[in-house]
Amino acid sequence: MASIEVGGKSYETDEEGYLVNLAEWNADVANYIAKTESVEMTDQHWEVINFLREYFDEYQIAPAVRVLTKAIGKKLGAEKGNSEYLYGLFPYGPGKQACKIAGLPKPTGCV
Amino acid sequence: MLHIINKSPLSSGTLESCLRMNAAGDILLTEDAVYAATKGNVFEGKLREAMARCKVYVLQPDLEARGLADRLIEGVTSVDHGGFVDLTISNNACQSWL
Amino acid sequence: MSEGTVKKFMFVNRKAPHGTIYALESLEVVLITAAFDQDVSLVFADDGVYQLKKGQQTKGIETKNFSPTYRALEGYDIEKLYVEKESMEARGLSEEDLLVDVTVLSSAEMGKLMAEQDVVLSF
Repeated sequence: MASIEVGGKSYETDEEGYLVNLAEWNADVANYIAKTESVEMTDQHWEVINFLREYFDEYQIAPAVRVLTKAIGKKLGAEKGNSEYLYGLFPYGPGKQACKIAGLPKPTGCV
Repeated sequence: MLHIINKSPLSSGTLESCLRMNAAGDILLTEDAVYAATKGNVFEGKLREAMARCKVYVLQPDLEARGLADRLIEGVTSVDHGGFVDLTISNNACQSWL
Repeated sequence: MSEGTVKKFMFVNRKAPHGTIYALESLEVVLITAAFDQDVSLVFADDGVYQLKKGQQTKGIETKNFSPTYRALEGYDIEKLYVEKESMEARGLSEEDLLVDVTVLSSAEMGKLMAEQDVVLSF
């Protein structure tokens, strides 16, 4: 089992770098994972990360990209609810990359 | 004798067979067998009949997992994992029906 | 992915949620299938009706509580959920006990719907 070291504390991850224990997640861990993904976190990034955390809290799954895009559009407006915007923030995919930073598992159906 | 059942009475004949063969003894319903002890299910009558001669227990965490903690038939005793262990000790033997 | 013919897919769920892995496996396959824009129906019959029971709390058995995920199906455009009336009533349940909106069908209606499908997957 792999792990990452943030602020002197060790966090277990799977072989792809996803956090094993969701409850351990915090902003420092998110920033650390973002750095390893070469994503510079801005308010816009956090907005998506927080949205994902809330979605997971409510439904117990990480949403598929298509579902995330639609839901973001509903909550944050159409200018953010499209894949150009989301891929602009997370170039390797809002599903995979954003979920990893948010400390969530890989989205179901994400191959 | 403690009889442990873990299958839903509505999709398996296990509980029914157990009740048919055993006139007395303790019965512990775990996992999907807890559905037998919920109000309004079609097996309720048969369980009540058995309760006249056997003591029926249900594993509370399994009942909660299934969202049915508020539907337990009166007279069925709910136990936690510690209570489960106690039952296996207080009975001279256990039979886990598969 | 919108190209090609749309087929009628039906998932038939007949197992209680936590005693076996079928319910969770079915749900995962359904979520994956949602990406293919097919005409998907979900059926809950026999002990499968229990999958939709409100108030499931799995902390005590230390397993994943996947029941909230049924409420996410709408966001995946899976809106055809059917419950067999006979199964629901045999378990002392009513529509108010279920955590999502469903269409309740009689056994005969369910059979008819089943016969109209191109693909039926049974769990």
